[in-house]
Order: sequence, then structure tokens, then C-alpha cells
Amino acid sequence: MIPAQFDYVRPAAMHEALQILVDHEGDAKILAGGYSLLPLLKLRLASPTLLVDIHDIDGLDEIIETTDGLRIGSRATHRRIHENPVVQNGYPLLVDAAGGIGDPQVRNWGTIGGSCAHADPSSDWPAVLIATRATVVLQSVSGERSVAARSFFIDTFQTAIEPTELLTEVIIPRAPRPSGAAYAKLERRAGDFATVGVAAQLSLGPDGRISAAGIGLTAVAETPFAATAAEAALVGQEPNEATFQAAGVAAAAESRPGTDAHGPVEYKRAMVKEMVVRALRSAAGRALAQR
Amino acid sequence: MTTQHIQLTVNGEVREADVEPRLLLVHLLRDVFLLTGTHIGCDTSNCGACTVLIDGESAKSCTMLAVSAEGRSIKTIEGMADGAKLHALQQAFWDQHGLQCGFCTPGMIMQASWLLARNPDPTETEIREGIAGNLCRCTGYVNIVKAIEQAATELRAPASTDAPAEPAAVS
Repeated sequence: MIPAQFDYVRPAAMHEALQILVDHEGDAKILAGGYSLLPLLKLRLASPTLLVDIHDIDGLDEIIETTDGLRIGSRATHRRIHENPVVQNGYPLLVDAAGGIGDPQVRNWGTIGGSCAHADPSSDWPAVLIATRATVVLQSVSGERSVAARSFFIDTFQTAIEPTELLTEVIIPRAPRPSGAAYAKLERRAGDFATVGVAAQLSLGPDGRISAAGIGLTAVAETPFAATAAEAALVGQEPNEATFQAAGVAAAAESRPGTDAHGPVEYKRAMVKEMVVRALRSAAGRALAQR
Repeated sequence: MTTQHIQLTVNGEVREADVEPRLLLVHLLRDVFLLTGTHIGCDTSNCGACTVLIDGESAKSCTMLAVSAEGRSIKTIEGMADGAKLHALQQAFWDQHGLQCGFCTPGMIMQASWLLARNPDPTETEIREGIAGNLCRCTGYVNIVKAIEQAATELRAPASTDAPAEPAAVS
């Protein structure tokens, strides 16, 4: 499969890239690892006239822990995130999610920013960013703005990014401790996109009850989304099996899956419930280990 | 749309070409440089037959543009043997019958070389996870895993000075 024709530039600096996006507003696409964009180009589902390769721009692939939380540069690859010592020590949800994306070659080159900007309805990172109430940082020639992950993913392959903006980083806030988080992914074969993906994060209060909860679901709606009814079913409750089951039932009810090669709607709803329960068990276990 | 001049290193040699931006790296390797050892299987970044090393990191060469490889160092299956002497991985695939039709083998060997550069003593599970992005429709993988285990053992042996471990990157 051969993509349609386009021009290609590889700017050396951020300001050059941002100016190019203005000069070619709506006709340019950002290229990073290529594992989301090139398949689209080859299938001719997208035909930009210009690709802007951001490989040479410094400072886009750093992973830094600050008082805000964890800042991950948009060009950080799944592998770099998966193997980062700070992530390994403090962000097991990210370790779960990054290690299950695609296969080794995909993880070597695919990036968190590319995955989020692409916004495949079955991709893993969006669910993680939604569960953790992360922020997405966008830059343009007129400055920088931050968008809550919960408002960022709008529809299938549609995000809040304007044509003149570049996604530069995501910021994952630190959850109040004790807290735990986990990603549970059901896939038909190793390396497949999720049939159902669940990112869950819990914080526990001094009384041992759940004080805060975040649940992001992927592959069971037109775009990854926050399971807010399931979150409401968790807060104030004891972190036990009955609570997790109630949250699973709520999440299944608020999912909007479609019938496809992964299975019919009823099956997917049943799997949402099961995978929410599994993610919550694991997240609660990790939270209890912090007490 | 104009062509662009690129320069890159392929198996240690500096190569140049004038390419359309839409040319895929695998087509540059096969059709321009005539290095047909790198195969095109699915052309959708699933099967791994086109796996090469780019700056030491394994990649599916059907999912990178040739222009993106400008300035980078590529290693393909043609860069593995030392003259007539097969690389330890190639010999191990031969010894262990790690192939039947052979279509997936160049990609499988390149991916295995990346795995062994990072993890010289992998468990069977680590080998299977390491080649999860490479599909073989003949062997059932058993002999491929055995071949990678054999090569790992040989490459770790201190006496095997004539078969040095893969460097992390070709420079």
C-alpha cells in the first residue's frame, strides 16, 4: 500500500514546527513514531499535503517527576515510558498500560503523544489519562494551553487539538496516598487493540473507605471516556468485592459498545463489568500495600 | 511534490538516494538498494517480516518513511553474516530448523538480534514476548525459540570471539 503524495519537512526547532502549522493550517500533520499515522496514510484514510516530522526537536521525549506530578513529553515512546525508573517505581498503571501496547517494535517507536493525538477509540493511553485526570499540553505560535484529558477526547479520531497546535506533553497528577491504580486489558490475541480496556485509580481515606476514584474505559464507545457512574458508585464505599461489582455493573451500563469482530454488544458489556472488577481489585491491592 | 535527497548508513555503508517523501523504508531497501532480504508481509505493521534495526532499535520498515531514515543507521539481514560465515542467529535457525518456508526468517532474526542485545540470557517467556511482533505461519514457534536459545548461549560464551555479541547500535 502506497500513501498519496505529500511533502515532508523535519524542522530543527519547536518554533519552526509551530510556524509551519500556521502556514499550512489544516493541511499539515505531525509525524512522530509513525505507527498511528503511516497506517492511516497507507489506507488513504488521511491525505495531508505536508508531514512535519518532529524527530529533531529537542526536549519532547523527557519524563520528569515534579510537584505537579509526572510530566511525559509527547515524543516519549511506549518503551521509554515502560522502562523509566520513576514510572517503574511509582506509576504501576503506566507500566501495565505501556507494556501491553502492540508489540516490541511498536513500543520501540510509537509515542504517547502520537497515540493521544490519533485518538483511536480502542487505544490504551487515553483511558489512562482519563482515569488519572491528566492534563494534555498543547502549544501554538500564540502560546500554550492545557486541556483536561476528560475534555480532550471528543469523538473517534477527534480531539481538542486545533490544526495549528502541537501536543507537547501530558501531565499525570499525583494521587493522594494511599492510592493504587491498574490497567486491565482484554485482547483477543497478543498485541491486538483492546476488546475492552479499563484504567482504574483509587485513593483511600483515613477511614479506609474510597476517597477518590477514576475509571477510564477504552474500546467500548466512540472514544475513550470516563465511567463517571462507576466512579460515583465507588466513592465513600469500602474497597471490597461488593463495591467493585457495583462499579462494574454501572460501567457496563454507561458503555456504548458496538458489535464488531471482537464480539457482540452483550458480550462487550459483560466484559466491561469483569475487566472493571479486575482493574479495581488490582488497584485496591496496590493502595492497601501503601498503608 | 518534489523528491528529496537522503543519506543514511545501511549495514555500515553510507548510501544516498533521491526519493519521494511517500516512499517507505522497506521499498527503499528492496527496490532502490536491492536488499531484498527484508521481506514485505502484511504491509500493515502487524507481521514483522520487514523488521530491521534502525539506530539499534528494531522497527517495522513498512511503517517508516525513507525520508525519516535520513541520517540514521540501518541494519538488515544482509548485514548479519561475516562473509561466508553465518551469524550465530542464522546458524542457530539452520541447526534448530527454525524455519520452514523462510518468509518470516529475516525479520525474526533481526528482532532476535535486538532482543539478545538487550537481554543476552532471556527466558523462554522473554523470547516469546520479544518476538510477539513477528508472525510465523509454519513452525508453531517452537524451533524458533530453540534457535534463539542456542544463539543466546553461543553469543554469551567467552570463547566465541569470532561471533561477537550484537552491538546495540551500528555507527
